[in-house]
Amino acid sequence: MTAAFQTLLARPWIWSFVGAGAVWLAAIAFTGGYGAGGMLTAALSLSVFTVIVGVGQMFVITLGPGNIDLSLPANIGLASAVAMKTMGGDDRLVVVGLAAAIACGLAVGLVNYLLIWALRIPPIIATLSASFIIQSVDISYGRGLQIKPPPGFADFTNILIAGIPVLAILTVLFTIGASVALHRTIWGRSVVAIGQNQRAARLAGLKVEPVRCATYALCGALGGLNGALLAGYFRGANVDIGNEYLLASIAVVVIGGTSVSGGRANLPGVWGGALFLVLLLTMLNTFGVSAGVRLLLTGLIIVAVITAAGGEKPVR
Amino acid sequence: MGDAGASLVDFTGVEKSYGAVRALDGADFSLEAGECVGVVGHNGAGKSTLMHVLNGGVAPDRGRFVVAGEEQPHWNSARARALGLRCVFQELSLCPNLTVAENARVVHPAIWGFGWRGRAGRLILAKLDEIFPGHGVRPGDLVQDLTIGRRQMVEIARAFSVSDAPARLVILDEPTSSLDAHTARQLLAHVRSSVESGVSCVLISHILGEVLSTCDRIVVMRDGKVVIADVARNFDRAKLVGAMGGIEPEAPRTQAAAATLARGEAPVVVRVRPERQADDREFVAHEGEIIGLAGLAGHGQTDLLLATFAAASHPRAGATVAAPVALVAGDRQSDGVFPGWSIAHNIGVRSLKKFRSGPLLSPRLESELANAWRERIKIRTPEVHNNILSLSGGNQQKALFARALGSDARIILMDDPMRGVDFGTKLEVYDLIRAEARGGRTFLWYTTEVEELKNCDRAYVFRNGAIVAELARDELNEEQVIHSSFAGVA
Amino acid sequence: MSATTAAPPAGASGAEWRRRLRAALPALSLALVVAAIAWLNPRAISYFGFTLMLNLAIPIALATMAQMFVIAGNDLDLSIGTFVGFVCCVSATWLRDEPWLGALTLMGCVALYAALGALIYLRNLPSIVVTLGMSFVWQGLAILLLPKPGGKAPGWLQAIMGVKPPFIPFPVVAAAVIAGVGYFGLMRTSYGAILRASGGNALAIERAGWSLLRAKMTLFALAGVFGELSGMALVGITTSADANIGNGYTLLSIAGVILGGGEFVGGSVSPIGAVLGALTMAMAASPLLTFMHIPPDWQVAANGAILIIVLAARVAITRRGSER
Repeated sequence: MTAAFQTLLARPWIWSFVGAGAVWLAAIAFTGGYGAGGMLTAALSLSVFTVIVGVGQMFVITLGPGNIDLSLPANIGLASAVAMKTMGGDDRLVVVGLAAAIACGLAVGLVNYLLIWALRIPPIIATLSASFIIQSVDISYGRGLQIKPPPGFADFTNILIAGIPVLAILTVLFTIGASVALHRTIWGRSVVAIGQNQRAARLAGLKVEPVRCATYALCGALGGLNGALLAGYFRGANVDIGNEYLLASIAVVVIGGTSVSGGRANLPGVWGGALFLVLLLTMLNTFGVSAGVRLLLTGLIIVAVITAAGGEKPVR
Repeated sequence: MGDAGASLVDFTGVEKSYGAVRALDGADFSLEAGECVGVVGHNGAGKSTLMHVLNGGVAPDRGRFVVAGEEQPHWNSARARALGLRCVFQELSLCPNLTVAENARVVHPAIWGFGWRGRAGRLILAKLDEIFPGHGVRPGDLVQDLTIGRRQMVEIARAFSVSDAPARLVILDEPTSSLDAHTARQLLAHVRSSVESGVSCVLISHILGEVLSTCDRIVVMRDGKVVIADVARNFDRAKLVGAMGGIEPEAPRTQAAAATLARGEAPVVVRVRPERQADDREFVAHEGEIIGLAGLAGHGQTDLLLATFAAASHPRAGATVAAPVALVAGDRQSDGVFPGWSIAHNIGVRSLKKFRSGPLLSPRLESELANAWRERIKIRTPEVHNNILSLSGGNQQKALFARALGSDARIILMDDPMRGVDFGTKLEVYDLIRAEARGGRTFLWYTTEVEELKNCDRAYVFRNGAIVAELARDELNEEQVIHSSFAGVA
Repeated sequence: MSATTAAPPAGASGAEWRRRLRAALPALSLALVVAAIAWLNPRAISYFGFTLMLNLAIPIALATMAQMFVIAGNDLDLSIGTFVGFVCCVSATWLRDEPWLGALTLMGCVALYAALGALIYLRNLPSIVVTLGMSFVWQGLAILLLPKPGGKAPGWLQAIMGVKPPFIPFPVVAAAVIAGVGYFGLMRTSYGAILRASGGNALAIERAGWSLLRAKMTLFALAGVFGELSGMALVGITTSADANIGNGYTLLSIAGVILGGGEFVGGSVSPIGAVLGALTMAMAASPLLTFMHIPPDWQVAANGAILIIVLAARVAITRRGSER
C-alpha cells in the first residue's frame, strides 16, 4: 500500500493538483465555506481554455530548448473574430464557424513553422514577429461591430451536467486523447525524441522537420479552437481576448511538470497547473487583493515553482 | 622548479566510477620533471579520465596524490593550475566568438589593464611562431573563422605559452588528430625540445609510431588500469598492441578470404562520391561487405557516412543507396542516446513502424524486440524498461547497435562506435558484425583505431574530405594507412 | 563527434568577408530606413526632424543594451519592458519626492537583477520562464506604485533629456555615447572578453579558473543598470509615468539586438550593432510608417515584417557560404 502511495507521490503532476487543492481550501476558508462548489465549477470552466492551449504549447515546448509559441494571444484574438464573423449569429453555422477558426489557427501554425524552417529564425523571434502581423490582421478584419455568438453556441459553452461544465468533460476527453497520441503514436514518440536530442532523432531515422511542422500546426489549431470557444463563453470576440493566455499556457506547462528544455512531457500536469492558476486567481479575488498584488503574487509563484523544480542537470 | 629526474606527480590507486561505468579501476601514474610520457590504450581504457583526474577537473572516488614531493589530500584544478599544469584535450576549449588574442587572455588572468590585447596577442603569436613556423594565424582572427587544424595549433600554442607562472607539465590528448603531417612533426619536435628544457609532457595518441618516437616512457592502459609501464625503447609496436589487447585470431581471416571473393560479385548497395573528390574515385560497397573508412580523424569519413545516410531518403547524382540504412553513433551523448528514455525505447526508436498494431504503437511488440536483442547482444541489465543511463558505457553502445541491427536497415553505418567501450564488449560486437555481414548486411565502418580495420574486407583512406587510397585486406595496418594518408602531400 | 574537414587556408578569408557583410547589415538597414524617410518626407531630415523622430530612441537603445548583456550570456530577459515601466514609476514618484528612497530602491533593483542571475546559474533555470515570471512582478509593483498614470519626473532628468546640442541632434549624440560605452566595456576590456566567453564556451572558462557565477551576475547586473537608465530616460522625456509604458520594450529590445547582428547562443553580440538596431526600430516603428501612410492598424505588423526581412537577409548571406 505504501509503495503505491510512494509512486503516486513521485509523479510530478501530483504536486500541481495538491497546490490547486491547497489554494481552493484557502479560498473557502476565507469565505467560511460559502460558494465552494460554485468556485470549483467556475474554475473548471475557466481552466478549459488554459488547458486547450496549454496542451498545444506543451507539445511545442517538448520539441526542445528554444521552441515556444509566442503568437498564441494574437492567434486566439484573430480566431475569435473569424469564428464570430463566420457564424454570424446563426446557430446553423456553428460548425462552419468552428472549422473556420481552427483552420485559421492551423494556418498561423504553418506560417510560424515556415518562418522557423525556411528563414532559420529562432522560434521565439519567428512567433513573436508573426504575432505582430496577426495582430494587425485581426485589428483590421475584426474592426467594426461587436459580433455576438449564436445563442445556441453561447449556451452550449455554459452548460453544466451535475455541476460540471460539459466543456470541461469534453476537454478531459481531449486530454486523454492527447495523452494517447503522446505515448502511443509515432508522432508523439518523435516529439519527445526530438526534444531530448534532435540530432540523435534525425540519425535514428525520425522525420524531424515534418514532426515539428505538425506540432506547430497543432498548437496553432488549438489556439484557433480556443479563440472560438472563448468568444462563445464570453459572448463576443475581441482582439485582446487571448492576452492572458501566453503566460498562462507556459505557466501551466511548467507548473505541471513538463521540462522546459524539452524531451519530457506531462499531460495530467497541464490540468493541475490550470486548476492551480485559476483557483489562485479566484483565491486572490476572494481575498480582495488589488490588481497589482495579484500580478505580483502570480509572478513570484511562477519564479518559486521553477526554482523549486530546478533546471536540467548538465549532461556530463 | 625541480631538476630533471625529480618526481613531479605520483598518483596511486585512482578509482572513478560514473554510475555503472567503471572508468578507472585502481590506476597508478607517475611523472618526473623533464620527461615525456606516452599513454596508450583503446578507446574506453580510461586515458582521458586519468588525465582529467590529473588536472583536477574530475574528483576521483579514491586515490593517493603526491605532487612535487608533497601529499595532496584535496587535489583540484586550482592547485593543478598553480603547479603549472596545462592541458589540450580532444574537446577544444577555445571560445569561437573570441579572437585568438582574447582566447590567450582567458588562460592568463595576469594579462589585464591598458594594452592587454597587444600583450596577449604578442604572447600567442610568439609561441605560434616558435612551435609552428609558417602558421598563418593572426592574433586578431576570430576563432570561429579558423579551420580546425589552425584551431588546434592555437590551442596547443596557448598551452605552452607562459606569462607569469611557468608551465611545468603539458598534457596533450590526441593533439595531432586534426593536424597534417608537417604540422604534426613540428609539434612533436617542440615536445622534445620542451622536455629537454625541463617541461614535462604527457602524450596520448592512437598513432603508436608517434608515441614510440617521441616519448621517454610509455604507459599502457586497459579497462581502467595501467597494465604495463616501461621506458620507450623497451617497446615496439607489436608489444604495445599486445598489451592494449588486440590481436585478431587468425581463423576468421582464412574463412573470410573465400567469402570475400563471393562478395566481390554481390550487387552494389552503396555508391557515393565524396563532395571534395577531385578525381573520379567513388566509395563503393557490395552487399555483405564490411568496408572500413580510415585516415586521420576528421578528414571526411563522418561526412561520407552522413551523405550516405541522407542519400537513402533523398537520392542525388553521385550518391545512390539501394537499401534502408541505419547509423550507429560514436559520440553517444550528442548523436545517439535519448537520456530520458528506457533501454527498450532507445532500442525501438528506429523500428517504430514495426510496432504498429492498428493506429497505435504496441508496447508489447516493443518489449519483445528489446528483450530479444538483450539476449542476442548480451546487454547486461535485469530489465529493459530501466533508464538507459543505468547501463555502463559499453552496454549503452550495445543498445545503440541493437537499435540499428534490430531495424529493417540492410546497410549499417558506424561512426567510430567503439569509443568508450571496454575491450570485452568490443570483441563481442566484432563477432556480431561478422555474423550479420555473412547474413547479407553491409557495414560501413569508420574507426580511429587502425587495429579495428582488421575486421574489414577493404578500407578507403580519406584525406581532406576525399578518398586518397583503397586498401585491400592485407594492407590494413598503421604504416599503410599513414603512408596512404600522406602520399602525394608535401 | 568528428571534426569537420581541414579546409585549405582560403576558407578563412571567405568566412571573414561574409561576416563583414553581416556586420554591415545593421548600418545598411538604418541607412535604408533613413533613405526611405528622406524620399517620403524630405523635411524630416533636419535637426528638428531627427530630434522628433528619434525622441524615444534613447530609452529604446538603453533597453536594447540591457538585453544585449543578457543575450551575451546565452539567456533572454522577457521582463525588461515591465522593468523599464517600473523604474519610470519609481522615478516619477519616489525619486522626485523622496530621493533617498528612490535611489535606494533603484540600487536594490540592480542587486535583485544580479541575484536573479545567480539564481539562474546556480539552479540552472531557463531564463525565459524566470524572466516571464519577473515581468509580472515588476508589472504588479508598478501598478501598486502608480495605479493610474501620473507622477512627475524629477527636474534634473527632464533637463538632461531636453539638452539641445548644436548641429547634432541630442538622440544621435546620446546613441553614440551609449554605443561607445557598450563597445568599450564589452569588446575592449579584458573582463569584457571573459563575459563574452561565458556565452561562447562556459565550460572552458570555468576550467581556466574564472567564476561563471560572477560572470552571470555581472551580465545581469549590467542589464539592470541599463534598464534603469532606460526607465529614467523615458520618464525624462514623457515627464509623467504609467505602469504600462514600457511594455513594448521587451520585444523592441530583442529585435534591436538581433537586428544588430547578435545571436541568441554563442556569445556573439555587437554593442554598436545593437544601438543601430534600436535606432532602426525606433524610426521604423512609427515615423517611417506614418510617412508611408500605412494605416495605424498595420503599423504593428510592420515591426514584425521588418524583423523578418532583416533576418531573412542575414540567412541569405550566410547561406551563400558553405552552410548546409
